[in-house]
Amino acid sequence: MVGDKVKNRDKFPPVSDGKSQYDLYSGKYLKVWQGPQHPGITGNMSLELVTSGDQVVEARTHVGYLHRGFEKLMERRKYIQCFPLVCRICVPEPDFNEHLFAECTEELAGITVPERAQWLRALTLEMARLTSFLMWIGGQAGSFGMGTLGQWTVTMRDYMLDLFEELSGGRIYHMYIIPGGVRSDIPEGYFSRVEETLQKVEHVLDDIELALFHNAVFKKRAKGLGIIDPSLVDLYGITGPNARASGISRDVRKDSSYLIYDQLDFQPVTDVGGDAYARTWVRFQEMYQSIDLIRQMMHRMPESGPFFTKLPNVLHWKIPAGQTYKRAECTRGEYGFFMVSDGSEYPRRVAVRGPSYTHAVTLMERLAVGANIADVAGLMVSLHTYPPEIER
Amino acid sequence: MSIKDIIAPFSVWKRAFEKPYTSKRPIDERPGAARYRGFHINDMATCIGCGTCEEICQNAAIDMVPVSKTKHGDSGLRPMIDYGRCCWCALCVDICPSGSLGMSNEYIWVDSDPEVFRFIPGQDNKSWNDSSLGYRRAEGYDLLEGERVAMPMLSFEESQKSFIEMVQGYSEEQAKREADRCVACGICIATCPAHMKVPDYIEAIREGDMEEGLRIVYQANPLPASCGRVCSHACEYVCAVKHKGEALSIRWLKRYIIDQIYKNDYQKILDEIPEENGRHIAVIGSGPGGLSAAYYLRLLGYAVTVYDANEKAGGMLRYGIPEYRLPYEQVDKDIIYIEGLGVTIEQDTRIGVDLPLTDLYKKHDAIFFSTGLTDPYGLNIAGEDLKGVMSGLGMLDDVTQGKTPEIGSSVVVIGGGNVAMDAARTSRRYEADVTILYRRREADMPADEEEVEEAQGEGCQLITQAIPLRLEKGDKTRLRLYWGRAEMVPDGEGRRPKPVLVEGSEELIECDTVIPAIGQAADYSFIPEELLSSIEFTRGYVKVNEFYQTGDKKIFAGGDIANSKRDAISAIANGHSAAKGIDIYLKNFKEEVSRD
Repeated sequence: MVGDKVKNRDKFPPVSDGKSQYDLYSGKYLKVWQGPQHPGITGNMSLELVTSGDQVVEARTHVGYLHRGFEKLMERRKYIQCFPLVCRICVPEPDFNEHLFAECTEELAGITVPERAQWLRALTLEMARLTSFLMWIGGQAGSFGMGTLGQWTVTMRDYMLDLFEELSGGRIYHMYIIPGGVRSDIPEGYFSRVEETLQKVEHVLDDIELALFHNAVFKKRAKGLGIIDPSLVDLYGITGPNARASGISRDVRKDSSYLIYDQLDFQPVTDVGGDAYARTWVRFQEMYQSIDLIRQMMHRMPESGPFFTKLPNVLHWKIPAGQTYKRAECTRGEYGFFMVSDGSEYPRRVAVRGPSYTHAVTLMERLAVGANIADVAGLMVSLHTYPPEIER
Repeated sequence: MSIKDIIAPFSVWKRAFEKPYTSKRPIDERPGAARYRGFHINDMATCIGCGTCEEICQNAAIDMVPVSKTKHGDSGLRPMIDYGRCCWCALCVDICPSGSLGMSNEYIWVDSDPEVFRFIPGQDNKSWNDSSLGYRRAEGYDLLEGERVAMPMLSFEESQKSFIEMVQGYSEEQAKREADRCVACGICIATCPAHMKVPDYIEAIREGDMEEGLRIVYQANPLPASCGRVCSHACEYVCAVKHKGEALSIRWLKRYIIDQIYKNDYQKILDEIPEENGRHIAVIGSGPGGLSAAYYLRLLGYAVTVYDANEKAGGMLRYGIPEYRLPYEQVDKDIIYIEGLGVTIEQDTRIGVDLPLTDLYKKHDAIFFSTGLTDPYGLNIAGEDLKGVMSGLGMLDDVTQGKTPEIGSSVVVIGGGNVAMDAARTSRRYEADVTILYRRREADMPADEEEVEEAQGEGCQLITQAIPLRLEKGDKTRLRLYWGRAEMVPDGEGRRPKPVLVEGSEELIECDTVIPAIGQAADYSFIPEELLSSIEFTRGYVKVNEFYQTGDKKIFAGGDIANSKRDAISAIANGHSAAKGIDIYLKNFKEEVSRD
């Protein structure tokens, strides 16, 4: 498996039983640890790289720096008490956790959410997607030496956080989507402020297109980097933009529509390159798509109505025994919650399926081989992974 | 790759000339959003210290700590929040039943002492205490239910035709839904005179475990079938959920448990077989106080004999409360179990008449008496001795004994307490037109709110601020009642205004019967002189210590004669305390005293 498609095959150590047989004392190979604090690693995980010259000949990924045991903590908390926990599973995108936790709980408890709450949930999910991509693109550009772009987009992210703060009372951990609906309706005049911010973001995105996608440095380094062959998509369980950039049109919002996504006009963005450039391009287009979806929702959302369904007393809320799996399309791909109830006041098991595990651990180990060591950070960011959701 | 790819990136140089995003002002000039979940605020006057915030906090960041200023229906505790643990999720704000907790939009607090970040919002002086901005629970979103599950009741048209019990009782689904509203704060436990473990038996209802419910109820109340119907429910006036709308119907939930259990199953479920300790106690009066004392004394191993003047046991529960409120079979249900434990009840035995108290004093190790208030107060007006004037208690007693009261077709009831309401509503059931005269305002009426409401619903006419002046023999009807209007005059700080007759106002009601029900006094004539001298009295009440022991060490007292609340549940609580008192006295002090 190792290095079978790369140039300079002679640089690679001989392979026996699927393992590289390298001798570090030969002086031909160098072992380099990248992470867990390396800025190119999007969070706390590390790569153990073996290089020959400046080319990676073997990569091992290591996680475990960030384990907070959320899944276990939830088994000791009443359903409502899990609600402030789940947002912390993925820091830059708390809303998908809130949504899926709420949806699982509601399904097991047999609760229907009012229509307006569904629109408000979808609105926050798209806002979260845009916000998350704004941070990612800063990392993507920064990992290829273009730190300035990150400064622009992180500013835009802050404007988005202002909107979240106004809506939910929190900038990072919104805790807005709660089992039963959402915690509040939109403030007066909110949509006009959303529109104002979207225009600012669009303006910056236009500049980024010039500065990043029509940039010789970025093109030279990102094109051909970490190519995901379409045949790998199912093999590795790749979802989201990583799959779409390899020409596989796979989007939970379309394939298994949830909330009100079936009432919106959009097509999954795809590309055929399968490399870091294509993935960056797909995500960049999805930022525009998110802006468009937010606008569609602001126009089509019912003007008023209840946004919360009365729950049984949450202090001793027992949910009938059963199990369910719910999924949603987050920025990185399919995000899922599996919940088992044993009929008590506490969830028996909550398992979180984040796309980062497959992308950052197994896929990264494969794609890094053959890459230039200077491009490893850029490759990692192009897979867009968030270690917090690897370690729940 | 083209030439554009070399040139295009330079085009964004234009951004260098744009206005920077960053602010030159210090950060504290940027206020949090109007909904910002910043530092906590708590309105100390509204907070009742129920601790629901502590219960829901998943970080265990909230501790309930004692504070000095408290009020009725208040646990005396307030939330102390530890900002080393808080995650600002605001679930505490969402669930707060009184709505006192909120969050300000302040978010900057710098201090070198980590201890200061554990603070009591509202009590500690903070700059954000009066902040009107910040997170509050939104309208349309609520984690608790403020609306009570409606109790199925007979309609007023139906209820006034018979003595069928008006309150029909909850179904299982209704009881569970109502029980679900409880936040288990326990302020009810503190307020209940008998300190019943209300949240525990409500939990048993939620769990569908009626047997456990019965066991919990009997820990503090051996008359639950009666109490579940006529308790004055002090608990419901302080219920935390009441601050959201309607209190939990605690009384009806207790009744629900009892209604689910067949009376012959009590023995098996409660499994209380007392061991005999060889001592004998006499209990005088079989009302709630006497029965409660008898039950708890029996559980402690005492042989108990209850002496009662009436034909059947139950006291005021049976003879003072009409059947449409408390059916006799429910009183029997409570008494049968107590008798089953081995308590002997001697009916038709009036102490002081049929048996002298001194005999009991010699024969028994201790005496508990709870003889109640049996002497009705008179109106002290002219014509009170005319035919057609009968006391409220006397009339209710007659009805219990199966006699038809001779009230004619029009009745005036005088008084605003429960006895007055019972007399009025009972009169309606004999098809009389009923008028109730009360000298103060409706809000001042001592009767339970629902009693007043139901009396009026059944067609009793209520006239408030009315003072009876004199009675004369009538021509068309038996009586002519003259009454005058009263005006409410302030009676000093902290006292309710008193009614004063408006000079010259005089009105007339022609009626067949006048029923005064303005309260009653105790009758101590059964106590002989030699014992009377050692028992102390204050304003008609027997003076007792915390063990309900009177001046005579061997005599204990409780119920309406020994507490000012004058309701069944207080009498039950007194009986329980007296049983413990008697046990402590006999185990620890009796021998020593007798050796002297």
